[in-house]
Amino acid sequence: MATSTTKAPAGEEPPGPPGKTGGEGTAPRRRGALLHRLDIKGAPYAFVAPFFVVFAAFSFYPLVYTSWISLHRVELATLDVMEWVAFDNYVELWGDSRFWNALQNTITIGVISTVPQLLMALGLAHLLNYRMRASLFFRVASLVPYATSVAAAALVFTMIFERDFGMINWALGSVGIDPVDWEADKWPAQVAISTIVIWRWTGYNALLYLAAMQAIPADRYEAASLDGASRWQQFTHVTVPGIRSTIVFTIVLSTIGATQLFGEPLIFGQGPNGVTGGADNQYQTLGLLLYEEGWKNYQMGRSATVAWAMFLLLVLVFVVQRLTKRLRRTS
Amino acid sequence: MTTHSLPARTDAPARTPVEKPPGRGGRRLLRQRAGRQHHAGPLAYVLLVIMAVLSIFPLYWTMVAASTDNTRVSQTPPPFLPGPNLFSNLARAWDEAALGKAMMNSLVVAGVIALSTVMFATLAGFAFAKLRFKGRNALLMLVIGTMMVPPQLGVVPLFMMMSELGWSQQLPAVIFPTLVSAVGVFFMRQYLSEALPDELVEAGRVDGAHSLRIFWSIVLPVARPAMAVLFMITFVHAWNDFFWPFVVLDMTNPTVPVALTQLSAGYVRDQSLIMAGALLGTLPLLAMFIVFGRQIVSGIMAGAVKG
Repeated sequence: MATSTTKAPAGEEPPGPPGKTGGEGTAPRRRGALLHRLDIKGAPYAFVAPFFVVFAAFSFYPLVYTSWISLHRVELATLDVMEWVAFDNYVELWGDSRFWNALQNTITIGVISTVPQLLMALGLAHLLNYRMRASLFFRVASLVPYATSVAAAALVFTMIFERDFGMINWALGSVGIDPVDWEADKWPAQVAISTIVIWRWTGYNALLYLAAMQAIPADRYEAASLDGASRWQQFTHVTVPGIRSTIVFTIVLSTIGATQLFGEPLIFGQGPNGVTGGADNQYQTLGLLLYEEGWKNYQMGRSATVAWAMFLLLVLVFVVQRLTKRLRRTS
Repeated sequence: MTTHSLPARTDAPARTPVEKPPGRGGRRLLRQRAGRQHHAGPLAYVLLVIMAVLSIFPLYWTMVAASTDNTRVSQTPPPFLPGPNLFSNLARAWDEAALGKAMMNSLVVAGVIALSTVMFATLAGFAFAKLRFKGRNALLMLVIGTMMVPPQLGVVPLFMMMSELGWSQQLPAVIFPTLVSAVGVFFMRQYLSEALPDELVEAGRVDGAHSLRIFWSIVLPVARPAMAVLFMITFVHAWNDFFWPFVVLDMTNPTVPVALTQLSAGYVRDQSLIMAGALLGTLPLLAMFIVFGRQIVSGIMAGAVKG
C-alpha cells in the first residue's frame, strides 16, 4: 500500500519527454519511478519468458515443422535437400501394412500395460493409505522401479522372460506349465513388454492416488459409515469419486506414454538392433517404426509422417474420451 | 484445445479440499498429513510386503546375476543368491560399455538440466503465483497445455536442427531441449502460491526492492524445500531419458541408458556382464532414493494433489 502512495505521483505522469521539463532534483526520481513501473510491468514477462522461449524453439517449432517435412522426401545423409512430394508419404503410409501393424501393436500394448497398471496402482494406494508401521519404507519401495531407467529395466526383464533359462518359465515349469516363448510369439511378447511398463509406473501412479486420497475430507467417510456403508462401499462411493480428477490425470499421462512407447520394445529381446520389434514385427510400436524409417531406412520425410500419425492418434483418443464422457453425462 | 482443458479440470476439484485448512506454514505442503486412515490389518501388511518384493526383486536379481558368471546365470533353476564375481563383472562392464564416460556425461546432462529447470521453474512459478500481469491465466493454461505435447513427435526437425548447429553427438543436443519443464513450472507455482505469503512480497516492495531482488532474497529462501525436491525428480528423469539421447548421441559419447544398449548388442550375450552394466547405471539413482526417499516421495505427492 505504501508503495502506491509514494510512487503514484511520479508514476502517474504521462509518458511525456522525461527529465526535460522537470527540475534537476526530479529527474533521477522520475527515472527511478519509470524503472519501477517497467519492473512491475515487465518483470513477470521476463520471469516466464525462459520457459516459453525454450519451449517454442525446441518443442513447438519442431512439432509444426514436422508437418512440413512430412510433405517432402528428405534423406538422412543429405538433410538440407528437401524434395516436395505433397502427400505421397501419407499415401504410402496408408498402404503400408507395417504401419497398421505398428498402430495395432501400440494400441494393444497400450491397453495391456495401462489398465492393469492403474488398477493395481489404485489398490496399492489404498493399502498405503492405512495407518501402519514402516509406511515410508513401503512408499519408497514402490518407487524403486521409477528410479530404474528404461534401458536397465528392459535388460533385466529380457533375462527374466528368457525362453530357456528365464525365471518366469522356470516358475511356470515348476507348476507344470510348458515354457512360453516370450520373445517370438506375439501376445506373450506384448505381455512381457507391458510388464516392464507396469513394473516401472505402478508405484508412481499409486503415490499420485495416495496423495489425492489423503486430501479427501474425513467427514465424508464418517457420513458414509453412519449411513452403514461397508469398507468396500466406502471405497467405491467415497474414495474413487474423491480422487476422480487424479484418475483422469493419470489416464491422460499413461495414454500419452503408451502412444510414445519406444525404449521397452527396442531393448527387449534383441538389444538396440531391435527396431523392427521382433522378427515378424510382432511388437513393433509406432515409436519404433518412426525410428526405423528415419534412422535405419534414412527416410526422414516418412519418419515425420509417422510422427504426425502418432499425433493424430493422440488427438483421436482424447476426442473419443471427451465424447464418451459427454455421452455418459447426458445419459 | 481438447487437451488443454483436461488438467485444468483435474486441478479444480482436487484443490479445494486441500486449501481448506489454511496457514499452517509453508512446509506443510511437502509433508504428509495423518488423516482418518484405519490401521492396517495383517492382510494389508501381507499384500504390501508382496508389492514391495515385486518392486525390489528385479533389481535384487540384477545384482545376483551381476555377481555370478555367464554359465551360472544360464542354468535352471536360476540363481537366487549372490555369487563371488560382482566386482570383477562391474569392472568389466565399466570398461566394455565405456560406462565411465557415460556416467560423467549423464552427470553433466542431468545436473545441468535439473539446475536450469529448477531455476526457470521457480522464476516462472513465482510470477504465476504472486505477480499480476496481463494474460497471466492464459499463459498458465498454455504452460499446462504444453505438457500434452509429447517431445518425441518433433524429433525429426530437432535432429535436423542439431546437425545444423553442429551439435550432433554432442551433449548440448540433449541438454538444450530439456532446459525447462512445464511440470516444474506448475509444481513451483502451486507451492509458492500457498507457501509464500503475499505480505512478504509486499514488504519487499515497500522497501523499494525490484522484482529480481525480491525473487532472490524473499522467494528463494521460501522455495528452497520445493526446489530441492524438483531438482531430484528432474535429475531422475534426465538421467533415465532414453529416446532423444538414443537418437542424437552415438556410442563414442553416450549417456548411461544409451551406453547400456551397447552391452546387449553383441551376438554372444554375456548375461552377467549385461546385468553388471544395468546395475551400475542404476546405482547412482538408487543411492539417491535411499538417502532422499522421504523427500522424493513427498515431492511426487505434493505435485500430485494439485495436478
